[in-house]
Amino acid sequence: MAETTYNQTGHAHGGAQDNAEPLRFHETEEHHPEQGTLLGFWLYLMSDCLIFACLFATYGVLGRSYAGGPTGAELFDLPLVAMNTSLLLLSSITYGFAMLEVQRNRLRPVMIWLAITGLLGAGFLGLELYEFAHLLHEGAGPQRSGFLTAFFALVGTHGLHVMFGIIWLVTLLVQLRQRGLIVENQRRLFCLSMFWHFLDVVWIGVFTFVYLMGVLP
Amino acid sequence: MSEHSGGAAHGTFKGYMTGFVLSVILTAIPFWVVMGGVFESSGTTALVILGFAAVQIVVHMIYFLHMNFRSEGGWTMLALIFTAVIVFITLAGSLWVMYHLNVNMMPGMMDAVHQSP
Repeated sequence: MAETTYNQTGHAHGGAQDNAEPLRFHETEEHHPEQGTLLGFWLYLMSDCLIFACLFATYGVLGRSYAGGPTGAELFDLPLVAMNTSLLLLSSITYGFAMLEVQRNRLRPVMIWLAITGLLGAGFLGLELYEFAHLLHEGAGPQRSGFLTAFFALVGTHGLHVMFGIIWLVTLLVQLRQRGLIVENQRRLFCLSMFWHFLDVVWIGVFTFVYLMGVLP
Repeated sequence: MSEHSGGAAHGTFKGYMTGFVLSVILTAIPFWVVMGGVFESSGTTALVILGFAAVQIVVHMIYFLHMNFRSEGGWTMLALIFTAVIVFITLAGSLWVMYHLNVNMMPGMMDAVHQSP
């Protein structure tokens, strides 16, 4: 907690902001207990990014291989995708609000915003499962064509990530209830925050590259 | 507050709202462009929406993931740039190679290959 100590000192000096600036030695930034985990988690996210890159590349190659089956223009329901996109985007901002409350150290608002985020995520997942069920019902399952295989692989992997994110979020809610905003929980919240926003970033690629470009003639 | 944290950059309410409003705009426009059939050519539409996606990804990186050159002593940014390069190679390389395989090795071409001495 070197950071907090420093923070308080900074406040104590108040007007001496100009003096405080040159006193910031490099060490104050390096010896932070959270850094190892956060950097490591960021590296994990980057490797996850490579998985998605491979799936996007597969979709890019196979995206127009319909094998005489249905095309994206026939299958995709853009209003549903727009709805899904807004749910995920909203869940990103509500998670942001949760993180702001973490900074203020207020447990209850954190848990409420987290719960809203989880519900929005669940709504996203529900709509996606509805879409998948609809496609399967129409006989447009992953075995129908190369396009659909790549589609289910990419969108399904993203959906799985969201599902694990929600499981993680519920776990964190339980831990927050038991132990409150301890340092460990703050670190976990921060990791999940990166995970959640990262999924939103991947979804930008999905709705643009798969859905919007898929319906183009 | 954020200037004290060399590791994890924290967001502000203003930052999150800015990012959210920009994201809504950057999401709405591509949907409108495609659903409203704004452009005649598919190529133009694709380029425009890909451009918007790229900008929105940067917006999310800055306002939601708080990317900057200072956090973790610059290592997160370095990892991100490295990943971006690999992602670009993966995507562009796959599309490039597979497109040419498709074009040059169509069934008709295969006959020509077999007939040649």
